Amino acid sequence: MQRRTLLTAATFAAALAGTGLAAHAADVVKIPCVCEMSGAGAVSGTNYHDGAMLAVKEINAAGGILGRQIVMDTYDTQTDPQVSRALVQKAIDSGAYAIMGTVYSGSTIVNMMVAQRAGVPQFTGSEAPNITERNNPYIFRTSSGAQKGVPALTAYFKDQLHVTKIAVEWVNNDFGKGGHDVFRKEMKRVGIDVVADVPSEQGQVDFSSDVSKIKQSGAQAVFVYLNEEEDARFLKEAKKQGLKAPLVGEVTLTGQKVIDLAGGAAEGAFAHVGLATSAPVPSIEAFVAKFRKAYGRDTDHNGIKGYIGVYAIKYATEMIGKFDRKALASKMHGLTLDVKKYPGMLLTTSWDKTGELSRESFMTEVKNGKQVVIGTVPAN
Amino acid sequence: MSQFLQVLLSGLSTGSIYALAAIGFTLVWQAAQTVNFAQGEFVMLPAFFVLIGIHWLHMPLWLALIFGLIVAVIVLGLLFKKLIVEPMLPNGGLPLIIATMALSILLKEGTKQFYGAEAQPYPSLFPQTTLHMDGAVVSVQDLLNLVVSLTIVVALTLFLNRTRTGRCMQATAQNPAVAEILGVNTKRMVLYTFLINAALAALASFLISPVYLAKFSNGETLGLVAFIAAIVGGFNQIRGALAGGLLIGVLDNLTATYVTTEYRAALPLVLLIVIILWRPQGLLGTSEGRKV
Repeated sequence: MQRRTLLTAATFAAALAGTGLAAHAADVVKIPCVCEMSGAGAVSGTNYHDGAMLAVKEINAAGGILGRQIVMDTYDTQTDPQVSRALVQKAIDSGAYAIMGTVYSGSTIVNMMVAQRAGVPQFTGSEAPNITERNNPYIFRTSSGAQKGVPALTAYFKDQLHVTKIAVEWVNNDFGKGGHDVFRKEMKRVGIDVVADVPSEQGQVDFSSDVSKIKQSGAQAVFVYLNEEEDARFLKEAKKQGLKAPLVGEVTLTGQKVIDLAGGAAEGAFAHVGLATSAPVPSIEAFVAKFRKAYGRDTDHNGIKGYIGVYAIKYATEMIGKFDRKALASKMHGLTLDVKKYPGMLLTTSWDKTGELSRESFMTEVKNGKQVVIGTVPAN
Repeated sequence: MSQFLQVLLSGLSTGSIYALAAIGFTLVWQAAQTVNFAQGEFVMLPAFFVLIGIHWLHMPLWLALIFGLIVAVIVLGLLFKKLIVEPMLPNGGLPLIIATMALSILLKEGTKQFYGAEAQPYPSLFPQTTLHMDGAVVSVQDLLNLVVSLTIVVALTLFLNRTRTGRCMQATAQNPAVAEILGVNTKRMVLYTFLINAALAALASFLISPVYLAKFSNGETLGLVAFIAAIVGGFNQIRGALAGGLLIGVLDNLTATYVTTEYRAALPLVLLIVIILWRPQGLLGTSEGRKV
């Protein structure tokens, strides 16, 4: 009799606990971050993750999304596309409402199909043009693709530097190839001769032959399209070999991490960036201060991408009034989030029907060891 | 011509640093008849000791370099021999080789956990200026890297050939039993070999890190290239390791500049296959007979 009572009590307790767990699960919404916490993309991925986590903490402190607290689990892709693919599947299996990441284009191109098949909206930090050219209704950028960023530099090369011969140093991965192809097309369009076209490998450590080739080519300027660590190594080698031509990049070249790694060799480098932590915009300045306070260090543009990605999910979900993945993806297409009404976006941002993003961008230069914004480019 | 000179110098500069790591393979082989597969991590780690000296202990660069060298000699020389080589060696060469592979993973992942996965800025030891030589522009940093590396190799060779301790070390490497009969303290000589290997790895680390940046994964490339350099040059000869390092450094740069950048990583492996087929003892190595 006693045993039966005990069994009944245990069953009742288990049922109660189960109800509690179910109630707890209903109180949260899972937005996992699948990003590059180690490997070649650790700089970008860590900042993206930390920016996203900062937004999660703020949103949760303010009551969450539609009353639910966000749970952000972290999945480290190790900057390996195949690992990222498996982890996106794992994140989906865990009940993800939306996915943040990945940042490296090579990974996103591989894993976005998994999220698409499962109908889970994915907010990527990648910039390769072909990501939004694949008719995937579930992929959304958190910064504009290279097809929007690189052309912003064309006028600078032609009208300000007045170059007729140019060199391009690019990383031979999906990110680099995307930017390289857009760059070649743009240079052809405006009649600038590409006299040195130098591909490099992801994770390359020795750039002496690359710089030597560029020096020999007689290029009047160099377009540098590499990831952060390679940017720094290239800048150091360029300084070491006394390369005098202006070094111009897109997105990464004037990032704070590159400046820290390259030291004085980064001085004078110029870049167009979709997002700049140094932008004299009050909302971005406030974000940078919050990030520094939270993590005790500065972020690059990837921190902003992660931050606004989570806020975009929040705002769009509140607009549809329910947690519906398909409705969220549908709402994102053609959506404009005005920063006055949606302050978490930091800048007014729009998405088109392919998930491509538009907002104003910045021209930056490295001066006295800091990225300085020297101009603004309107949204295109 | 200017381009060729700069490419050649850069190749010699990098190759001479590979040579320092490759000599470490040779020394450990001679002392313990084993291959240290953690040699790449031995080159990666001292840069982080220097960074700890600079950032945590607030030392000036010169003092941090001395600190890094001393810590490297203790950790990668003394402790490596006492805690790994001595207990494992009686069980044969193969278990020790596997132990060094495990050590390689431990050092790499430990550095990642302790210092982070991102590359860290590392101060340049030499001015990043250029010299104009007969119409060619060459890098002062490359030039000084080459001079320092070659000076270290020459000093090591003189030490081994011209001093009593050096000759005792050579005797121990050639035939430890006979050396012991002749009164050589072979245990001490083997210890010296490990300490010298650690010091060479530290010096290579100090020279390569301003170019590679300090990163936990640096040992993967360095270890592989140094291992191949040691085999190509001759695993049982210091001069062979030097020649192998320089050859790989120069060929890598010349290939990337004049032939292809895409396949530059394959070049050392192709060279390795050719040398093994054509001259198994390496370019400057000597054949060794073994009884079974």
